[in-house]
Amino acid sequence: MTEKKVLDLIRREMPKQPPEVRKFNFNEVAFGYSEELAVEEAKRCIQCKKAHCVQNCPVEIDIPAFIQCVADRNFAEGIRIIKQKNCLPAICGRVCPQEDQCEKVCTLVKKEGQLAIGRIERFLADWEARQGHVDMPEIPEWTGKKVAVIGGGPAGLTVAGDLILRGHKVTIFEALHKLGGVLVYGIPEFRLPKAIVNREVDYLKSLGVEVYTDFVVGKTQTMDSLLEEYDAAFVGSGAGLPWFMEIPGENLNGVYSANEYLTRLNLMKGYLFPTYHTPIKAHKRVAVVGGGNVAMDCARSALRLGAESRIVYRRSREELPARMEEIENAEEEGVIFDFLTLPLRYNGDASGWVKEMIVQKMELGEPDASGRRRPVPIEGSEVAVPVDAVVCAIGNSPNPLIGSTTPGLLLGKKGNIEADEETGKTSRDKIWAGGDVVTGAATVILAMGAGRKAANSIHEYLMGGDGE
Amino acid sequence: MYKIIASRMIVPNMHILTIEAPVIARQVQAGQFIILRAEEEGERIPLSVSDWDRARGTITTIFMNIGSTTSRLSQLASGSFIPTVVGPLGNASEIEHFGTVLLIGGCYGIGSLYPVARAMKEKGNRVLVVIEARSSYLFFWEDRYRVLVDKLLHITRDGSKGLKGHIGRIPEILTALDEPVHRVLINGCTFCLKRGSDATRELGIKTVVDLNPIMIDGTGMCGVCRVSVGGMTKFACVQGPEFDGHEVDWAELAQRRKSYMAEEVIPLRTSKCEEHAHQSEEVS
Ligand SMILES: Cc1cc2nc3c(=O)[nH]c(=O)nc-3n(C[C@H](O)[C@H](O)[C@H](O)COP(=O)(O)OP(=O)(O)OC[C@H]3O[C@@H](n4cnc5c(N)ncnc54)[C@H](O)[C@@H]3O)c2cc1C
Ligand code: SF4
Repeated sequence: MTEKKVLDLIRREMPKQPPEVRKFNFNEVAFGYSEELAVEEAKRCIQCKKAHCVQNCPVEIDIPAFIQCVADRNFAEGIRIIKQKNCLPAICGRVCPQEDQCEKVCTLVKKEGQLAIGRIERFLADWEARQGHVDMPEIPEWTGKKVAVIGGGPAGLTVAGDLILRGHKVTIFEALHKLGGVLVYGIPEFRLPKAIVNREVDYLKSLGVEVYTDFVVGKTQTMDSLLEEYDAAFVGSGAGLPWFMEIPGENLNGVYSANEYLTRLNLMKGYLFPTYHTPIKAHKRVAVVGGGNVAMDCARSALRLGAESRIVYRRSREELPARMEEIENAEEEGVIFDFLTLPLRYNGDASGWVKEMIVQKMELGEPDASGRRRPVPIEGSEVAVPVDAVVCAIGNSPNPLIGSTTPGLLLGKKGNIEADEETGKTSRDKIWAGGDVVTGAATVILAMGAGRKAANSIHEYLMGGDGE
Repeated sequence: MYKIIASRMIVPNMHILTIEAPVIARQVQAGQFIILRAEEEGERIPLSVSDWDRARGTITTIFMNIGSTTSRLSQLASGSFIPTVVGPLGNASEIEHFGTVLLIGGCYGIGSLYPVARAMKEKGNRVLVVIEARSSYLFFWEDRYRVLVDKLLHITRDGSKGLKGHIGRIPEILTALDEPVHRVLINGCTFCLKRGSDATRELGIKTVVDLNPIMIDGTGMCGVCRVSVGGMTKFACVQGPEFDGHEVDWAELAQRRKSYMAEEVIPLRTSKCEEHAHQSEEVS
């Protein structure tokens, strides 16, 4: 490059439904880039020789290459490049925290003009879907090996996709009646339309991945009995066990775990009740306890179901662990934020429904182990907040079903499966693990990255190596 | 998809369904349950497994026709298919050689109690069974029990067979037995479980109940099935469904089970026992 381009530092915004409209519907909030916007944005990339973005991508997508394709309007090639490394681009383009991954280290970030890599990725995936024709990769001849994948979330789907493309037979065992894990039961329609998840799952099935839904490993069959049939197994069973605060009144009617609230809504499509038969209450005043993505999803869902909706969080705005984009969306839509507020107990009415939460005000003290300032209670600051529903979104840990039925599988303190960071190998022969079940609740792309590494290791093992 | 092998009304308002589910049939044990959906838009509901045939790969469940899902289920003809059957879920009944056990089944619980009676018998227990219903025409599987167990007793609300009244009469039965009972186990609606547990509390006989809260996933993911037992919160789907009936917080359970009544999707395994009991108490 001889001529020096003038830097364009203006990130192109993605058109969205206006807040006063979208807070009343479950349709997707963001419309995605138009072709023009995508090309404009892509042209801002300076095609770094040493592309930091790629190094910070857990699945090492060749980012500058696909961006260049978009700048050149060669969309077909662009999506092909992404799919070499990422089998779920339409999903990652929507829910990955790019601000903590590729975009965080983009060379342009120094001037606050980091490229909108995620939005372009999403554009390409949606462009491909619109063509109505998906390029099918070639599947090599069967190696004679069979792999069982436990759990149909992002980690499991990645392993399945990677291994089927290397000629192994792959079967996914999923406890629920649908594949997708958190993508179908947790993340709401307005952030990730379920049609998109289904499309990606159908693609995997069309590659020949065999799927058993309604199959709870550890109950329907144990790991060990599966391993009599399969040469290797990958456990990607997620972190699905909800935590409660263990404060008085938590078993009152109207107090939900985030998992229950979101499952009723998303997996069971409660927002379409009675067309779908699983009910979800139309509450009037909902308080969501917590400050992560899960809490934002619950609060924004409650709003869409017609409630006054508030986030109750014990630290301040700066410490909110949710993605900035989702915090801003929630604020725009009118979610109320009660910062530095800790629930102490819930009081119920005569028929056992929650009617108020007693909260205590906090102030920030010295930094704790995580480096964040520790919230300390302010004595005498208790107040009652009237509510008719509370959603507890303070976290999840891995479900013990598999750990407790698989002898010799080493578990960590929080029930997570111990696995090697580089290979996903567990303490048990023939068993690999990755995603939230190993790390505790994390992100889609980290689960996919772990799946990718495990798939490599499993492949090597199956082909006669030691998987290191 | 799971094939319905047989489907019929067994007594008024009570339905028996046999489903082809070979993997579940291979594993299932007394006291476990399944979760099913009757159709694509349907709710997930838990049902106790009342019998199985490992060789033919089938499981059988008995339910009361009371909510929208159960009424849809009951209309499905043999040969049709349902989209979801998952299991076996929950822990198996604790089956050991206890000595003499008194098993009590009310309504649909007459069905789900059967595998427990069979397993208790296999372990060499003396097995006494009390079945309970509004009227004698609502009993079923009496012939199966008669050949299996050591003694079969009846309670009916209207007195048409056996003792008149409801499960509250268990202490009298225990006294009349004139032999020590080492363990009581109750299957049935929440009212039945509670009254039965109340009745045995003072007698100090360990009483195990098979709880039936609302559930969605059945694997410990949603936590809607939480119950307080001995002051601790438990997830009935993975830590139960069997618990010590003297430790359960019945008021809380009853309230939690009612949480969706208003939506007309009356959760399964509700019965009218409580209402009838009040009526019969009023007349008597
Ligand atoms: C509401 C919500 C919002 C989120 N938002 C974001 C976001 O915006 N961006 C982001 O990057 N991340 C987000 N996350 C986190 C992200 O979804 C997870 O980190 C990711 O899905 C983990 O993938 P996984 O494959 O490890 O597990 P999961 O997605 O949890 O999938 C595990 C699967 O295994 C199944 N399973 C469990 N036990 C068994 C068993 N015994 N037998 C068979 N199957 C079993 C489960 O049913 C499930 O389908 C969010 C999470 C939630 C809950
Ligand atoms: S770091 Fe940013 S500017 Fe450089 S190649 Fe990657 S996306 Fe383009």
